Amino acid sequence: MSRLNIELPGLTLRNPIMPASGCFGFGREYSKFYDLSVLGAIMIKATTLEPRFGNPTPRVAETTAGMLNAIGLQNPGLEKVLGEELPWLSQYDVPIIANVAGSLEEDYVEVARRISKAPNVHALELNISCPNVKTGGIAFGTIPEVAKQLTRKVKEVSEVPVYVKLSPNVTNIVEMAKAVEAGGADGLTMINTLVGMRLDLKTGNPILANRTGGLSGPAIKPVAIRMIYEVSQAVSIPIIGMGGIESAADVIEYFYAGASAVAVGTANFVDPFVCPTIIKELPDLLEKLGFEHINECTGRSWKKDGQLAYHRA
Amino acid sequence: MIRKELCKIISQQEIAADIYELTVQGELVDQISAPGQFVHIRVSNGWDPLLRRPISISSFDKKQLSMTMIYRKEGKGTSILAESGPGELIDILGPLGNGFPVNEVSSGETALLVGGGIGVPPLYELSNQLVAKGVKVIHVLGFQTEAAVFYEKEFLNNGETYVTTVDGSYARQGFVTDVMKDLQFDCIYTCGPTPMLKAIEQSYSNKKVFLSLEERMGCGIGACFACVCKSADDPTGVSYKKVCSDGPVFRAGEVLI
Repeated sequence: MSRLNIELPGLTLRNPIMPASGCFGFGREYSKFYDLSVLGAIMIKATTLEPRFGNPTPRVAETTAGMLNAIGLQNPGLEKVLGEELPWLSQYDVPIIANVAGSLEEDYVEVARRISKAPNVHALELNISCPNVKTGGIAFGTIPEVAKQLTRKVKEVSEVPVYVKLSPNVTNIVEMAKAVEAGGADGLTMINTLVGMRLDLKTGNPILANRTGGLSGPAIKPVAIRMIYEVSQAVSIPIIGMGGIESAADVIEYFYAGASAVAVGTANFVDPFVCPTIIKELPDLLEKLGFEHINECTGRSWKKDGQLAYHRA
Repeated sequence: MIRKELCKIISQQEIAADIYELTVQGELVDQISAPGQFVHIRVSNGWDPLLRRPISISSFDKKQLSMTMIYRKEGKGTSILAESGPGELIDILGPLGNGFPVNEVSSGETALLVGGGIGVPPLYELSNQLVAKGVKVIHVLGFQTEAAVFYEKEFLNNGETYVTTVDGSYARQGFVTDVMKDLQFDCIYTCGPTPMLKAIEQSYSNKKVFLSLEERMGCGIGACFACVCKSADDPTGVSYKKVCSDGPVFRAGEVLI
């Protein structure tokens, strides 16, 4: 019996591990390392209506236990994703979560309407939280009423459940989560990157051409855990957690905080095999901790009856 | 095929000021297809520094399954790498990227190999392979200062070699481009700082030129879109090449540098 299968709106997952959007392209590069069908799902790179080149380079800068990126949503555009990337991915038995991005409300709606019709797209991830684009994105992700409105519009046209990706760059993330839930979101994914900056020692200038970038990696894990802990108690829709996950232990911690599945991002760059490795190690860790199934872990940190199994003995 | 492997360090030594020569043994050497390819090294088992370090391969021996890399100790990552010694295992991802096309020049023709600083190492394997093919090689190697000069003898064994230093403390004072203009050749292969590559591309638009680019990288395999550059035929559009997986070697005029 599997300890890892998970049911979420639109998603029947063989395990709750998926690569995070923007850290896995459309899967082609990683397919050279392992069979993508072992993954729970794949969150593909953000797709916009028109192709985007993104920001000038340098686009990445390293930080302590993390990295800043300012890619700028580079992607081949909706037509190519529908015509080439999704059909290529359909050779794998793995549900796709399509990350939908844009600058204007109508862009989001159009991408959502069309990409949600693709047979292997089982859910959308509404990207209202990219910190690296000048217009749209982050604005939708920081004003609750705007986020709610966009969620509602996208829900009206989407043929699959809609998960909204929340930005940590807000004063009150619970308020944002409640707003998109009220807008009809079927789930949340959190967190996107934290806006940060690094300066060059010799020139004094920002290292990133975009000046600021999104911080990801192990450095942001405690922030994500805290936010999921707060949000999961305030909403009744499931959360896919992300931010610095690199081991099976991290996955369990995210579940304890309130996540029902997780995405692995930056760690893919360090170890291309990180997702299959975590999937392989999870059952043993669950066994060791005394859980029959990973879904017993969700919200352990705050549920009243949530005493850990090894405390019961 | 790209492999991720724990490779055993055979030797490591400082061959010039802060310049290290590292030789390792591993199965992934068998996958190397061209000079100018690189590897991505994880220098720490923990998460600081987080990302791998792209390091170019300066020579390899498929029979021994060994390869040599030369890098400059500069930041946190390369400082940790410089501390490791023979017998230790290091996590290497590779070989990565597309190297220099050796078949663009034929036996009897002359290839000019131009390297600047830490761009010099990948030219060594290229030089070896061209010489083995019967191509005449001329090397122009530029360094900042005398203490930074390395591999002059090794290159000399393969052919004519000119060294320049920016401060004039060793050999000829000036830039590689000062030397190049007096030389006759059929094809240029070059690796080094971007201003040098730009100057060469502009001055030799009538020649066959291959440039190896450098850019800050994330994944090294083409997934993260950190190291992209614009295609030269679409300067304002969305066409691009990834330095890590489409390059790092490009034909002059292929991408905007």
